[in-house]
Amino acid sequence: MEIHPLTELDEGQIARVKNILSTGSMRRRLQDIGLIENTDVQCMQKSPSGDPIAYLIRGAIIALRTEDSGNILVQFH
Amino acid sequence: MGLTSNSTGLGAIDSGLVIEKQHPTDRVIALAGNPNVGKSTVFNELTGLNQHTGNWPGKTVSCAQGTHRYKDTEYIFVDIPGTYSLMAHSAEEEVARDFICFGEPEAVVVVCDATCLERNLNLVLQTIEITPNVVVCVNLMDEAAKKKISIDLEKLEKALGVPVVGASARSGKGLDRLMEKTAGLASGSFSSCPINIRYIAAIEEAISILQPIVEKKAVKNLAPRWIALKLLDYDPALLRSLSDYLGFSVLDDPEISQGLKRALAKLLEHGISKEQLRDKIVSCIVLAAEEVCLDAVTFHKHDYDVRDRKIDRLLTSRRTGIPIMLALLTGIFWLTITGANYPSQLLSQALFWGQDRLGEFFVWIGAPQWLNEMLVLGVYRVLAWVVSVMLPPMAIFFPLFTILEDLGYLPRVAFNLDHFFKKASACGKQALTMCMGFGCNAAGIVGCRIIDSPRERLIAIITNNFVPCNGRLPGP
Repeated sequence: MEIHPLTELDEGQIARVKNILSTGSMRRRLQDIGLIENTDVQCMQKSPSGDPIAYLIRGAIIALRTEDSGNILVQFH
Repeated sequence: MGLTSNSTGLGAIDSGLVIEKQHPTDRVIALAGNPNVGKSTVFNELTGLNQHTGNWPGKTVSCAQGTHRYKDTEYIFVDIPGTYSLMAHSAEEEVARDFICFGEPEAVVVVCDATCLERNLNLVLQTIEITPNVVVCVNLMDEAAKKKISIDLEKLEKALGVPVVGASARSGKGLDRLMEKTAGLASGSFSSCPINIRYIAAIEEAISILQPIVEKKAVKNLAPRWIALKLLDYDPALLRSLSDYLGFSVLDDPEISQGLKRALAKLLEHGISKEQLRDKIVSCIVLAAEEVCLDAVTFHKHDYDVRDRKIDRLLTSRRTGIPIMLALLTGIFWLTITGANYPSQLLSQALFWGQDRLGEFFVWIGAPQWLNEMLVLGVYRVLAWVVSVMLPPMAIFFPLFTILEDLGYLPRVAFNLDHFFKKASACGKQALTMCMGFGCNAAGIVGCRIIDSPRERLIAIITNNFVPCNGRLPGP
């Protein structure tokens, strides 16, 4: 299956996290909110300018800037 | 949390990690939780006005403590900073972890958000790894019911092995039971046996090498398994505090350092490097939380939030997001500026009428003219002016702003504007602190704590000044 950055998800689409390239504090913050490999993520809503984008992660909605979500690689369902 | 004479001024300076018990039977309870789960509401409901706020020693992290009387025993609640984890990624997390580990609280209450319990369990699981004396308070049960999420508290209690209490702190529900469980646990009238998080085989093997060695040492009330895990997950700051607390240097202890070497070799044998180890530990905790929730939490309707989503789309979409935002904010300013005029006029009329009477009174008692000028034309007149100009707009602006906050609109504003703020190397949340600055710059600057990145926070603090506050708003 092909791997895409999380930013390519369309609104409403769900994908599964396969790899997280972020490092340092961003990586730890993502882990804190439960974003680890094999977590399902749904794209909820893009902001007016397309960045940031809100995602549904383990029951909570979190907005990520594209520079951060681009480091999260996912597999589309 | 109100400003009381105890919480401000000199009284606020001395508060620190050392919790002073008024009486030897007083019990110290730590109040932990994720940000925005109503932890402060629980704290305020329990302690009322018996609060004392200050800073943690040497840290710019605020700390509040308060007392609550329950069945003739005084409970000192320590409101530790809201955090997502205890891995000490930030000053807040370090303070929270150090207090749970080394502050020797008799019990830890972890407040959770019932509407996204799974994420909150991360902190719960990390806390019960350190100490068995944990009470889980699942707050916002009313919100969860609205969203058609049901939580089986008994199953949750069984899965976690520690007391679980449901609550809706805003209406004061469930806090009696919370106190009952907390009191029971703190006094030792019953004990809990929390679950052990099962790590992957390689980590478990490494722990099983270290744990027996740690058990032989005097580790006070800390869980040996947790110490073993933290030794593997080598965190210099924690190991230093740990050594200070235990009274011996853990890494210099020959048995421990030898055991650690063997355990790390075991991990390498399984191909787990230091960097990967922390990832694996976090993953295991997240998966454990997922497993617990799978059983205890049921989402009855998956489309419970269809209406919310529609509103969200309206408020943040490309076409409608920005116009609605501008209209709302303009509306608020119009209401504040125009609406404040009438009460402002009334107030100034009344207060200046008072000035005339006061002046006549001074003449009548034959006070010297300089006293009259100083007190009436000086002190009273300035005060009357400030009150009549500033009070009405504040009394209108802040409630309106609070309504937007309660409706959850403010995070959407930050979401809409983040892109523009990013261009100025700032953060979207700054839109909120700037709006707050229109009410009062001091309040706006205090609010800057919601911005995570230190650099973006500093930009928000320094530039807040350029937002004209109510007192500086131009009249119509």
